[in-house]
Amino acid sequence: MLHTNTTRGWGIAIGIISILFLMSASLVYGYTNTTWHDAYLAFFHPTTSNEHLIIRDVRFPRALIACFVGACLGVSGAIMQSITRNPLSSPSILGVNAGASFFVVVGVVFLSVQSLQSYMWLSFAGASFAFLLVFILSSTGREGLTPLKLTLAGSAITALFASFTQGLLVLNETALDQVLFWLAGSVANRPLDLLVTALPYMIGALLLSFLRAKELNVLSIGDDVAVGLGQRTVWIKFFFGVCAVVLAGSAVAVAGPIGFVGIIIPHLIRSLVGLDHRWILPYSAIGGAALLLLADIGSRYVLMPQELPVGVMTALIGVPFFIFVARRKLGI
Amino acid sequence: MKIFNRLDFTRHPFYATVLVFLAVVTVMLLSAGSGEFPLSPAKVIAALFGFGDEFDRTILVDFRLPRIIMALFVGMALAVSGAILQGITKNPLASPDLIGVTAGASFAVVLFLTLFSDENNSLTVSIQWLPLFAFAGATITALIVFLLSWKNGIAPFRLLLIGIAVAAFMHAGTTVWILMGPIYQASQATIWTTGSIYGANWSQIYIIMPWVLLLIVISLLMRRQMNILELGDDIATGVGSRVIQNRVLLLLLSTGLTGVAVAFAGGIGFVGLLAPHIARRIVGPKFQSMVLFSAGIGALLVLIADWIARVAFAPVEVPAGVWTAAVGAPYFIFLLMTERKKGGTNA
Repeated sequence: MLHTNTTRGWGIAIGIISILFLMSASLVYGYTNTTWHDAYLAFFHPTTSNEHLIIRDVRFPRALIACFVGACLGVSGAIMQSITRNPLSSPSILGVNAGASFFVVVGVVFLSVQSLQSYMWLSFAGASFAFLLVFILSSTGREGLTPLKLTLAGSAITALFASFTQGLLVLNETALDQVLFWLAGSVANRPLDLLVTALPYMIGALLLSFLRAKELNVLSIGDDVAVGLGQRTVWIKFFFGVCAVVLAGSAVAVAGPIGFVGIIIPHLIRSLVGLDHRWILPYSAIGGAALLLLADIGSRYVLMPQELPVGVMTALIGVPFFIFVARRKLGI
Repeated sequence: MKIFNRLDFTRHPFYATVLVFLAVVTVMLLSAGSGEFPLSPAKVIAALFGFGDEFDRTILVDFRLPRIIMALFVGMALAVSGAILQGITKNPLASPDLIGVTAGASFAVVLFLTLFSDENNSLTVSIQWLPLFAFAGATITALIVFLLSWKNGIAPFRLLLIGIAVAAFMHAGTTVWILMGPIYQASQATIWTTGSIYGANWSQIYIIMPWVLLLIVISLLMRRQMNILELGDDIATGVGSRVIQNRVLLLLLSTGLTGVAVAFAGGIGFVGLLAPHIARRIVGPKFQSMVLFSAGIGALLVLIADWIARVAFAPVEVPAGVWTAAVGAPYFIFLLMTERKKGGTNA
């Protein structure tokens, strides 16, 4: 537990150093044998040797993408858990990832979309559509919005979008070739241009949510009290909902659907720094980046010489965690 | 549903069941007649009884019939499996695919194909063992899910939540095994995850048919135990029923049915949820009539889904699972919205 703001500040510094260390480790470890010295040389005394090429052109983009996508997923999960007041919320559980994937596939099949920019917008549209749909559907009915209904509605929407996506891909084989690599949920072999296109949205949403994180604290005292204190909770929820959707949407646009990062990280972070969102959000960014970097490095070793999509790794780690949270934190 | 009220099939479940199986036969005939070479129902019947064109007979017997018969048995198996599961958990939202049993069976199928295939991509053991493997996978997964959701009983929503998580884990595991290869017909491994009857053949039908019929007959023989369980654990124990033993037996029946269905058709979703619901609406909750009727409805659902899959975008196949999900997922959300928290009791 980090209690004072000073220790929390130092924690951030240590976290950033760990991220840099993990990114360097991501450059060094893998099927092709390289050393830390090689990694140094590849950037400062570059040659055209195979090792240097792999470090610069394959592993470096991969480390950057894992870092940013992980950060986005972590923060997006923290925000979603806060505004839905549901410990099980996260982009993958609420169907946001599936919605984004579906919209991108629709775009590729019906609108013959090619540009990276339009991938982004489709992904945003799909993410927001799915999030709104799940939110509205689970709010109607006898008991209003309960964490359970939200989670179950999310998984039903996921099933629906996933099977539609599959159907569309079967219909159109050229689209299949174009998006299959992306649908697997992986940070490997992604063009760096994709990240560059998404980066402004990612950084913008991250900064905006960090700056206004204080308002999230208001939500945790409950809607009634918050409204009584003169807070416009609807507006706060809307603002952060947009942030969460942009973060999740851009993460999906870059790396495809990767699950369970957004659910694991906020829980660990809350037990580390407490309930103040001014600290939870930046810590979740660091934690998400670290988890995805670690999972990505691990995914190179499980089936050596083959690689596992990192989404599979996060699912294998995340499911036991999800079950633990479901049993402990939900009064069901 | 005014017409159903007037006819009141709850008092005449026999006629209802006859009607639904007539519908099944009709759909089978129509489906058998449609495709790239359309045949009239009369021609289909003629060909079935050995008359008519040699050409017609080849199309029917070698290509269309295996799929249609497979759809029939898969639909019945999934529906009955769902009906039993909803009964023993007293959870109207339960179904083999939603609580992860289907995913466990798919995992076992892929495991089977990975473990027992050699470098030439052919199997080293008989494919007859496949349903048994799928059954084991389904049963083990079901036990894991039940164990993990046990906390002074099994609350309906908790069961679903844990099931969804376990299903995600099994899917990830399946991906790992597929990547590990060598695998017998790698393309076939993906069929199980989508849920499709594409590529059914007669030898598979000879394996699935006895299993499904046997398991459905056993479920019907256990109708008394099932009806007593519906009354609640206390009453069931009071009238001398061995509650836990019966429940385990029934669970094995349910996972067995899911196992054989998944072994040959993969995870066709939502049939096990939809069919028992429709059946209860029309013939009422009494187990024996409900189970037979849901078998008919399940067969209808999968037959129609596979028919659409085959014909709608010919020559491309859109897997049958896509169509059942398109109907099933919205219905699941509708149930979720109308379900009361106390709708199910602890099982």
